[in-house]
Amino acid sequence: MEQLMLAGGTILTGVFACVAWFWGANFVLDTLYPPRGPNIGRNILRANMIRPWLFIGPAILFLGVYLVYPVFKSTLMSFQDSDAKAFVGFANYNWLLSDAKFRESIFNNLMWLLVVPAASTFFGLIAAQITDRIKWGNFAKSMIFMPMAISFVGAGVIWKFVYDYRAEGQEQIGLLNAIWVSLGNSPETWLTVPFWNNFFLMIVLIWIQTGFAMVILSAALRGIPEETIEAAILDGANPWQLFFRIKVPQIWGTIAVVWTTITITVLKVFDIVFVMTNGEWGTQVLANMMYNWMFRGAPDYGRGSAIALVIMALVTPIMIWNIRNARKEMA
Amino acid sequence: MADLTLTGVAKSYGEVDVLRDINLEIKAGELIVFVGPSGCGKSTLLRMIAGLERITGGDLTIDGVRVNDMPPAQRGIAMVFQSYALYPHMTVRQNMEFALKIAKKSRAEIDAAVNKAAEILQLTPYLDRLPKALSGGQRQRVAIGRAIVRDPKVYLFDEPLSNLDAALRVATRIEIAQLKEAMPDRTMIYVTHDQVEAMTLASRIVVLANKGIAQVGTPLELYERPQNEFVAQFIGSPQMNLLPGRVVETGDVTTVKLADGGTARSTVPTRPEDMGLVVNIGVRPEDLTRTEGQGLFTGKVEIVEALGEVTLLYFGAEPGAPHVIAKLPGIHADLRRAKVTLTAAPEKVHLFHAGQSLLYR
Repeated sequence: MEQLMLAGGTILTGVFACVAWFWGANFVLDTLYPPRGPNIGRNILRANMIRPWLFIGPAILFLGVYLVYPVFKSTLMSFQDSDAKAFVGFANYNWLLSDAKFRESIFNNLMWLLVVPAASTFFGLIAAQITDRIKWGNFAKSMIFMPMAISFVGAGVIWKFVYDYRAEGQEQIGLLNAIWVSLGNSPETWLTVPFWNNFFLMIVLIWIQTGFAMVILSAALRGIPEETIEAAILDGANPWQLFFRIKVPQIWGTIAVVWTTITITVLKVFDIVFVMTNGEWGTQVLANMMYNWMFRGAPDYGRGSAIALVIMALVTPIMIWNIRNARKEMA
Repeated sequence: MADLTLTGVAKSYGEVDVLRDINLEIKAGELIVFVGPSGCGKSTLLRMIAGLERITGGDLTIDGVRVNDMPPAQRGIAMVFQSYALYPHMTVRQNMEFALKIAKKSRAEIDAAVNKAAEILQLTPYLDRLPKALSGGQRQRVAIGRAIVRDPKVYLFDEPLSNLDAALRVATRIEIAQLKEAMPDRTMIYVTHDQVEAMTLASRIVVLANKGIAQVGTPLELYERPQNEFVAQFIGSPQMNLLPGRVVETGDVTTVKLADGGTARSTVPTRPEDMGLVVNIGVRPEDLTRTEGQGLFTGKVEIVEALGEVTLLYFGAEPGAPHVIAKLPGIHADLRRAKVTLTAAPEKVHLFHAGQSLLYR
């Protein structure tokens, strides 16, 4: 209850502060350069030059404090020792190259990168196409979209239950083991199965991201001019050809945006791994490894920052490409 | 080489009837034009022939085969859409060969067909371009080319010129006419709301109105002998004038006393029992001439539009007066506000009773 009050109060204060800032700053500006009187033309011009800065000022300030500054600070720290005191040159990066856990993380991240965006986009596309054609499509759509509303941590907990293990003979409360045992097998500790446990984790993110892909791609599919589809029907295309040779090529741009957006999410994947395995049993990924070095046990800010910069270096090019693509889509 | 027959064809969406009891025979090699006001179902009828809309009543046969339930691709038809409907991700060549590739034709066959069509339509230099790099007219030619390569028995055109500008529309219209001439045995069905297109292209026009066919005939039949007031006013521009009156003399030549005071004589014959019948006389603006003597209409000219070769006179701006338009040859800019008496030759005067032409009872 107390927390609810606090949250509500924070929201109210925030909204009020925003309104007060925009209204107040605007009021002050109009008082300084009134849009009337002898200098009306010059006043309006000047006010219009200042106004945008007033309005985007808070955003720039907060972005600077919480985004730009940390980037520089992290870069600096990645060249410093564990307490961020003495400079150590490239020592942290050299350590990364030789660290087995880092190589495991890179390899796992690559696997995530290959599997999750592809699977999410594919399932999303299929779901979009099918839900557009059936009567209860809208219901199916909201069901598929639902996981998007669950936090990654929540999703991790849910799926942890799905993969849960109880010793043989006990009643299995994990869905997967329950099915597995009912088929006459002995229960497995799924999350410790080498190599494949990575895929059990990936399924969670695919489960979440399919909804996102479906919603965006469904809108794109509906944007395809109906006549091109009718023309293809008259040209004799079967539903299969219609989908893959007429519809999909026309929404390639959107597919690329969805793909890369999910790719960025995947590169930053942390919560799911953190909650379900914490990177044990060969499931480590970069973001979780960074968290471990940065904040757990005896923190090593140098090594943690070095990993953070590796993640940023991987995400940035994809992000730029993504933004370009999205702009092209809008043009 | 395809005859089409529509027998009692109907279309309804649930309770709502869009088309009712359409009966039509189209012979191979004809160019049939469907015209009618917006929402009369002309495009729906075309799409039913194409197989894009389900036929909810009656039978459609192509060459004697009932095709109601046949998939569009097997009906031997090709369609040109108003919006071109080109595949935006394919080049002109890929657009034109798509149907043939789907039909698994050999490479040589495909190339021959595409090159020939491209030549006919002067598209050869553009074969490797994407549709977005083409002008509107070129895009429409690609759409036509896509139909030609399939060598269909029946061509369907759904308002193909509506998206083009005026000059291009005339040029493309002539190209379509030439195309038809080059393929005398192919059947074409053409939907338009533009009566110039209908009059110039059609071997027969089908006027659709009120969910059915108002009249079928050659362009000149529709112009000279409309069966009802709707067709009379729909064909011809400006539209035919209709004036109410009462039959006062019957026989081979009928005399009508008009409500407005004038007298009209028509060569439409009437029987003795028609004496006193309430009718509308119909007379086209271009058939009205000025007269100094007794006319069928006298009024004050409200607006003069001198177009050079003809002058349009508009009567009847004041309430209660009949709206009459006259089209006189030559320039008469001086007639504004003048009192003018008009008359028409008896053979140019139509008679309608309850909307139907008395000529056809």
